[in-house]
Amino acid sequence: MTRITVMVDDVSYVDDVEPRTLLVHYLRERLGKTGTVVGCDTSNCGACTVHLNGRSVKSCSVFAVQVDGSEITTIEGLARDGQLHPVQQAFHDNHALQCGFCTPGMIMQAIDLLGDDPNPDEQTVREGLEGNLCRCTGYQNIVRAVQDAAQKMTFAVRAPMDVSAQQRSLVAGGGN
Amino acid sequence: MTTTAQPATTEFGRARKRKEDARLITGRTRWTDNITLPGMLHMAVVRSPLAHAKITRINTDAAKQLPGVHGVFTATDLGAEGISLPCAWPITPDMKAPQAPPLAFDTVHFVGEGVAIVVARDAASARDAADAVSVDYDRLEPVLDMEAALADGTTLVHPELGTNRNTLWVFDSGQAGSGGNVEGAIRDAEVVVKRRFRQQRLIPAFMEPRSVVVDPTGEQLTMWSATQVPHILRVMIALTLGVPEQKVRVIAPDVGGGFGGKLQVTPEEIITFLVARRLGKPVKWTESRAESMVSAHHGRDQLQDLTIAARRDGTVTGLKVELLADMGAYLRLVSPGIPILGAFMYNSIYKIPAYHFACTNVFTNKTPTDAYRGAGRPEATFAIERMMDELAVELGIEPLELRERNWIKHEEFPYTTVSTLTYDSGNYEAATARAKELFDYDALRAEQHRRREADDPVQLGIGISTFTEMCGLAPSRVLGSLSYGAGGWEHASIRMLPTGKVEVVTGSSPHGQGHDTAWSQIVADQLGVSFEDVEVLHGDTQSSHKGMDTYGSRSLTVGAIAVVKAAEKVIEKARKIAAHTLECSEADLDYGHGKFTIKGTNKSTTVADIALAVFAAHDLPDGVEPSLDSDATYDPQNFSFPHGTHLCATEVDTETGWVSIRRYVCVDDVGRVVNPLIVDGQVHGGIAQGIAQALFEEAIYDEGGTLITSTLADYLVPSAADLPHFTTDRTETPSTTNPLGVKGVGEAGTIASTPAVVNAVIDAVRHLGVTDIQMPCSPQRVWRAVQSARGVTKSTSEHTTQATAGGGLGSIDAQANDNSGGAR
Repeated sequence: MTRITVMVDDVSYVDDVEPRTLLVHYLRERLGKTGTVVGCDTSNCGACTVHLNGRSVKSCSVFAVQVDGSEITTIEGLARDGQLHPVQQAFHDNHALQCGFCTPGMIMQAIDLLGDDPNPDEQTVREGLEGNLCRCTGYQNIVRAVQDAAQKMTFAVRAPMDVSAQQRSLVAGGGN
Repeated sequence: MTTTAQPATTEFGRARKRKEDARLITGRTRWTDNITLPGMLHMAVVRSPLAHAKITRINTDAAKQLPGVHGVFTATDLGAEGISLPCAWPITPDMKAPQAPPLAFDTVHFVGEGVAIVVARDAASARDAADAVSVDYDRLEPVLDMEAALADGTTLVHPELGTNRNTLWVFDSGQAGSGGNVEGAIRDAEVVVKRRFRQQRLIPAFMEPRSVVVDPTGEQLTMWSATQVPHILRVMIALTLGVPEQKVRVIAPDVGGGFGGKLQVTPEEIITFLVARRLGKPVKWTESRAESMVSAHHGRDQLQDLTIAARRDGTVTGLKVELLADMGAYLRLVSPGIPILGAFMYNSIYKIPAYHFACTNVFTNKTPTDAYRGAGRPEATFAIERMMDELAVELGIEPLELRERNWIKHEEFPYTTVSTLTYDSGNYEAATARAKELFDYDALRAEQHRRREADDPVQLGIGISTFTEMCGLAPSRVLGSLSYGAGGWEHASIRMLPTGKVEVVTGSSPHGQGHDTAWSQIVADQLGVSFEDVEVLHGDTQSSHKGMDTYGSRSLTVGAIAVVKAAEKVIEKARKIAAHTLECSEADLDYGHGKFTIKGTNKSTTVADIALAVFAAHDLPDGVEPSLDSDATYDPQNFSFPHGTHLCATEVDTETGWVSIRRYVCVDDVGRVVNPLIVDGQVHGGIAQGIAQALFEEAIYDEGGTLITSTLADYLVPSAADLPHFTTDRTETPSTTNPLGVKGVGEAGTIASTPAVVNAVIDAVRHLGVTDIQMPCSPQRVWRAVQSARGVTKSTSEHTTQATAGGGLGSIDAQANDNSGGAR
């Protein structure tokens, strides 16, 4: 067992974990963060995507011991004061989900993508989400939602020329 | 054309954002694997690595010694040797059906079949212990090829059956009296075209792996399962295990997609039930993706031999269809009937005077097959739409023109087909005209011509699919005539709460379709309450005691009609009380949008007011019960027949075999639309799965019977980068057989899109001499087809049937393409 200290969705945890425990299993089974799900065992589907220190990772590809001293944001920590993150809102507005199983990972990856490119064209969105599979939507409305969110977020931050730390923090839903 | 007047509508047809989303976008979800109960144990399954073998010894000693292990069980330990998983669709009286045990006890029949289980304190310990179980096998020869399986003297999957043939099912229009004799039509034809098509094996690949939790600690034993069919599951547990039905409660909580893949009674559901009951503790089983790929049922897998007879002017005179359908190793819930759902659809939208269909179901040592989105109808639609293109080439007629010469004209509805279905409504001309316009058909044909003339290395192809399908399963009498084991009705009830709010209970069991939203819209209109004031309850046999669940694009056309019928009963009950309250006769009342008004006055009362009056029950008419609650069970009179025209333009690189979809246009006619947002979503997702069959996906077995596409790295579920933008539109020809005028939409996209794409790929290279390319049309297959047509390499069927993991998108193709979209 190895002791880790980790901040998940603004709550601090100190836990002893087996070295083999994957981050996604730590989140789901130890912390009860069941909003993050497991869809495959080869890191192809992206359903388990979370943010590790502000960047998206597939939490099935990270050991819990590796996140010692880190900050994790999951789908459950995105909304602020009852306000949905603009990407969450855009997924709802554009009917970008059906069964919803891929949605947490898809939203977390979309936020990361918008951090890199605040105004992506359709092809950039498609390629940016390539590691996240959805079986229901055919992706059309997901792409639409990400572009919709991009527009609203760009407007909100007055389209700075460079991706500032402030914007990174906003788009990643970190804010702390 | 619709049969009843609607109440004044404000919700019907409105693009309401979904109620379901609020939880799903914030991670506030109830997937079965999220459930944790006090004292809960975890189950892992030991699976066969061999396709066909005798089990000679199972050693569980080492596993039992491991910490946290509560038990290791074989079929014998669980008393499961005599149990057979249910097959509810014996399509012929003499069908051969093997025993289908939940765990193999003597012989394993496919790779991935369960052999033993382990129960431990946590999932990781259970997995560790499962790995510590050692099983000795004596290998038997696997049966992997359908045609070889039917040869004399071949190895038998189930020797006790004496054959690998499950059954032969035949429909003949001459015998049925619905048309002529097909052999005569072929004999007398001016043109006969024969083709063989292969429907590759597919994996439904729902995103949520299957999971089951069984809690035996209550009076009712409760099962949560990631299933499409909680009601069917409950009945089948009772029938299969002899458990009193009233002692079982089944819950389908949030379910992450199904596509037919969760229309099943699984071995793991039965085993989890047995072991939880035995241990007296809650037990959870959640599969890994690799387990899902290998053990959850697969779809398609047919060989289709078609013969079409026609006159030189393009008039089709007969169609003969002979199928081999791979059942895999066992018959699951509706396996034998899946190809039969296609039997009525090969004639599609065309007036074909003579038709013969024969399907031989075959056992092999592969994962069992069963329902997958479209179930029989995509296969049929693919085959007839491919044949229409082949016939068009043979006759030198433009392919859309050939279709139009044969299709049913809009003024000819209702139309009874050669396969005995009566299509209630449709307008193929309108949908096709709109699709051609959106597609800019003539301009693309002109461009195609130019690029052929210029010998462009990247050629343009145009693919057509004018489809219809039968869905909304189904009139119970029809299911009875097909020997199906149940009816096709659906149940709904409406509870009027004292505060005027409404609970709607539905027997449909959604797993992504948006029933909560659509049913709320429908009920809001019927009862004049607000959309927000309607709560939809489903997927729990305790609250929703009766249902036939969700598959076959049946929810709206059957389930929602039951909701409408229940609402009508609420209104009729309320009318008596309204008349009493307003001191008039019932005949003097007008009803509209939740309000009863005395004719010619402004005196009125609402259903919500009456709900409160009923709650108090102080002043009700004599003999009237103090309740507005009503329920209805609706059995449809007919299937619904959505149709549409899908057009696909592909760019095919003749030097690399790379296919990219340049334009995809579809105009679907799904009757009246409750929520266009949801309908578009269904069409998008359906098209994606159909394109996936055309270009990417295939379940591939090696020569030993091992599934080599057992991960999402090898089985190519397309990503956003692999798919194009879809241009969708609709025509609206209401169904005349239900009061909402609606038709199903869940499967339409999948049924229509596959042949549109493949026809486009072949159309791009037809002038080079290519006449067919097997699915999936991977770069390798396309490149080989072009090469062999040009005489560069020897043309052999071996080349085009050879498959590799990754659906052919292997290293050769990856090197040959700048676009990395297909090779993740």
